Amino acid sequence: MTNENKNVPEKDKPDGSYTVFHGALVKKKVLSRRAFSFVSPGFLWSLIFLVIPCLALFAVSFASRGDYGQIEWNFSIDNMKRLAGFGYFGWSADNLLIVWRSIVVAVVTTFLCVVLSYPLAFFLVSRPDKSRTVWLTLLLIPFWTNLVIRTYAWFLALAPNMPLAKLLAEVGAIEPGTALYPSTFAVYIGMVSMFLPFVALPLYTAVEKMDWALVEAARDLYSGGWRVFRHAILPQTMPGLSVGITLTLVPAMGMFVVPDMLGGSRYMLIGNLIQQQFGTSRDWPFGAALSLVLMFLTLSALMASRRHELKKKEA
Amino acid sequence: MRRGNSTGITMTSVGVFILFYIPLLCVAMFSFNANKFGLTWGGFTFDWYAKMFHNEVIMKAAWNTLLLAVVSTLLSTVLGTMLAIGMYRFPWKKKTMGKLDMLLHLPVVTPDIIFAVALVIAFSAIRHFTGLFELGMPSMIVGHVTFQISFVALVVRGRLEMIGHDVEEAAYDLYADHKRVLFKILLPLLKPGIMAGAMLAFTLSLDDFVISFFTAGPKSTTLPLFIYSALKRGVTPEIHALSTIIMILTIVLVLAMQKFTAKNGGEMH
Repeated sequence: MTNENKNVPEKDKPDGSYTVFHGALVKKKVLSRRAFSFVSPGFLWSLIFLVIPCLALFAVSFASRGDYGQIEWNFSIDNMKRLAGFGYFGWSADNLLIVWRSIVVAVVTTFLCVVLSYPLAFFLVSRPDKSRTVWLTLLLIPFWTNLVIRTYAWFLALAPNMPLAKLLAEVGAIEPGTALYPSTFAVYIGMVSMFLPFVALPLYTAVEKMDWALVEAARDLYSGGWRVFRHAILPQTMPGLSVGITLTLVPAMGMFVVPDMLGGSRYMLIGNLIQQQFGTSRDWPFGAALSLVLMFLTLSALMASRRHELKKKEA
Repeated sequence: MRRGNSTGITMTSVGVFILFYIPLLCVAMFSFNANKFGLTWGGFTFDWYAKMFHNEVIMKAAWNTLLLAVVSTLLSTVLGTMLAIGMYRFPWKKKTMGKLDMLLHLPVVTPDIIFAVALVIAFSAIRHFTGLFELGMPSMIVGHVTFQISFVALVVRGRLEMIGHDVEEAAYDLYADHKRVLFKILLPLLKPGIMAGAMLAFTLSLDDFVISFFTAGPKSTTLPLFIYSALKRGVTPEIHALSTIIMILTIVLVLAMQKFTAKNGGEMH
């Protein structure tokens, strides 16, 4: 505890055990007891169901799977080795490939979302006030619609008898009567439509606050489109952009519903692999090790964006 | 400059909205399709909606979803509000504050699958030692509350910052005691923030799939879980009807939230 109210001289206080807290004279002890009683229920809850489980995850990743799917507590790094590809039948790149694919899918999805969100944000700010609320609501509805329903909706929209598949079959891009999934295309279209609002909403907030005089100045000085964007728009919208990127990159890396439904069994991402370990394979230690990898990837993404922000502040 | 948009921008934006709504409209359309098998149009019907409301499994799942959302929202609103008041209304040391802050942001930035998996392990450990906590409704409620707390606390914090200390200080000056300030000043002032936090928590719970998926037991299927498993078994038009109803409820909820924030001038995100 510290004395928050600095402008009360020390001698005016009756004794060191008292402090002035928002105009009330209270005993420090009482104040801290009060603070603890407010914080502790939520804090303990998070400790028991969040922090300790995460530590348990760490511990379990060094155990191994027993014959019946139970956890055997023999300290080993077999799971890490297996992740790196050293299995019973020699080295294979399968697991590493899945991790790599997860990173690629997350990065490409984020990139596509950013590319589509900029026009969308400009479009939204250029709407008159009244219709802007309507457009924003239209953006919020998919944002709040259940993930499973939205993925399922794509499952339906890309089905063989639907206009899109028929059109593509007509052109000869796919076999007539086949669906557009499982495919990379289906995964990306699902992922992008899933995460686009996560980028578009913070970006819209940033674009709304933008100082357009700078854009005009850049135009006056004969900057082309790209240079206007790079030097006048990008720096101003950076805060919103970095929030959007973080909000997309982190969950996209752990996503398993979209690849599961639209990518088929061959399009495994790390999320699917984790789900498999906790589902059919019942290999919790390996699943825990995979989760740690995912956590590591997430933290590095977060650190990168944090560092970027700090650099910005210094500059 | 500001109002004038190039056609490229407009077209991309309209394209994005088409991308959002075409699949959803497909689902809505097929919920009225009289043909049971295949995706060909066989005439307009309301049958699937009637069938859906008579399907016991679906009704049970709907009840579970609602129960889960209501109970977890109540718990997390109380815990989250207390946490926010405790953290931001008392002079913590900077270091402690930093740690508490990190704990608060942890569920917001962790991919939910990690979080779900960690919970599964924790529940199994608790079950191992106490014999309690079979996976099911209680474990799902715990899972939901754990991530909701953070969101509620963050929204309430926003409101706390907005109202400032002035009124409380005035009350203390007039010799109001701690309890009186809390119940007569702080909580009434915080009410819009607490409501907004609760609404956010409720929506998050309805929206959640991953945490429910991992922590659910055999008898505690919720609607998203039901839809997911139905997809694996093969789609029936009842699923279309169910999804359409959930989409309509989502739209109502979004509109309600918007109205609420507009009235109270607060931020939801």
